[in-house]
Amino acid sequence: MTRTTSKGVISAAMLSVLASTAGAEIGDKLVVNGDLELTVEAPAPAFMADTGIKTIYSGWLFRDPDTQKIEMDDFDNPGMLYVDQGAEMWNTPAGTSNKSCADCHGDATETMAGVRATYPKWNEAAGVVRSLQGQIEFCRTEHQGAEPWKYAKAEINAMEAFISMQSRGMPVNVAIDGPAQSTWEQGREIYYTRYGQLELSCANCHEQNYDHYIRSDHLSQGQINGFPVYRLKDTQLTTASGRFVGCVRDTRAETFKADSAEFTALELYVASRGNGLSVEGVSVRH
Amino acid sequence: MTRIITLASGLLAIATMAAAEDVAPSAVSFADGGAILASLSGMPGDPANGAVVMVDRTKGNCIACHQVTAINADFPGNVGPSLDGAGDRWDESQLRGIVSNAKMTFPDTVMPSFYKNSGYIRPGAAFTGKAPEGDLPPLLTAQEVEDVVAYLATLK
Repeated sequence: MTRTTSKGVISAAMLSVLASTAGAEIGDKLVVNGDLELTVEAPAPAFMADTGIKTIYSGWLFRDPDTQKIEMDDFDNPGMLYVDQGAEMWNTPAGTSNKSCADCHGDATETMAGVRATYPKWNEAAGVVRSLQGQIEFCRTEHQGAEPWKYAKAEINAMEAFISMQSRGMPVNVAIDGPAQSTWEQGREIYYTRYGQLELSCANCHEQNYDHYIRSDHLSQGQINGFPVYRLKDTQLTTASGRFVGCVRDTRAETFKADSAEFTALELYVASRGNGLSVEGVSVRH
Repeated sequence: MTRIITLASGLLAIATMAAAEDVAPSAVSFADGGAILASLSGMPGDPANGAVVMVDRTKGNCIACHQVTAINADFPGNVGPSLDGAGDRWDESQLRGIVSNAKMTFPDTVMPSFYKNSGYIRPGAAFTGKAPEGDLPPLLTAQEVEDVVAYLATLK
């Protein structure tokens, strides 16, 4: 990787970016609140042996120092406002059951620890792979008897952010074998399919051309360990499936819906490419 | 600009005539190696407009991926090679083939095909994310391809 780091080679393009960016370079260590170091670089999972990628990198490493810095302090990270909102909703009764999440799941800091790290995940009773949002929606409609939140909208994103935070610092560890395997393979197929009038696959940019630039956009490996992410340009939270909607749209394609089976499969596959990176809770990108 | 037309009616007449002479995207014939031998519009390209098409985000947007010293854009991309010297490396028919459908020259390239309008997987109506109603136009018109080719040929 030619990404600029204290130990890396500095590419010509990155030099020009650095030259235009005042302020100190943060470098390649993501330490939150001065005491929690997150894993932003790890060996690639075994199944990626034929991709040419030996090391996987969090998208945090590809952002400019000013953006990197915001994620390093929870008081600066605007995503934490949504986490607070999610925490409040966790304790608020809803639906015909008049039960809150806490009524069944108790203290989220205990019961939700590690959950985000293993989703999307096979659900035996339903016989499908569910994304974390899919599971939240299932709980809400089936257990609480409440109206569904729409996928990738403010409330469900805030709940995902709150649950994700309970796994911050834990390694992503989604299962790709057993009953999840066929869904994972579907996700892989989608990852390599060149969609739309621009005929671009996920792999075209994020596997073949990561660390290159499309205009000033520094292409990352497209890892989703940081999701949900607070996007500075959107001034709101974005989920992995929400980003997929935008990415596929930007290939001038008819995109899939955020809660489609296709994007759940893609989310599982892309998540698995990040097995070993830390869940970042709520990350910050531009 | 080589095609200076002062009367609006004249412009309309010429434009209509030019459109009638375009080679349809589905009828483009590629020589061995991916070149296209004849002008797609039946007319010569205008290099000045070609440079405009290359930086226009709604048109070619070539500099999203390619650097061109003569254009001097802010933050050109580097997914594709620099186009400096393109006019030395390729002749006009080869440039026309690469701009129209680079996959005919470089089978594995990530470069979009700018003069093609079928064979897509889930094509959308521009950047709406929705399916198109009716046939999609190619990303560039025949004349715009010719204009870009004419500009690239000057990069020596």
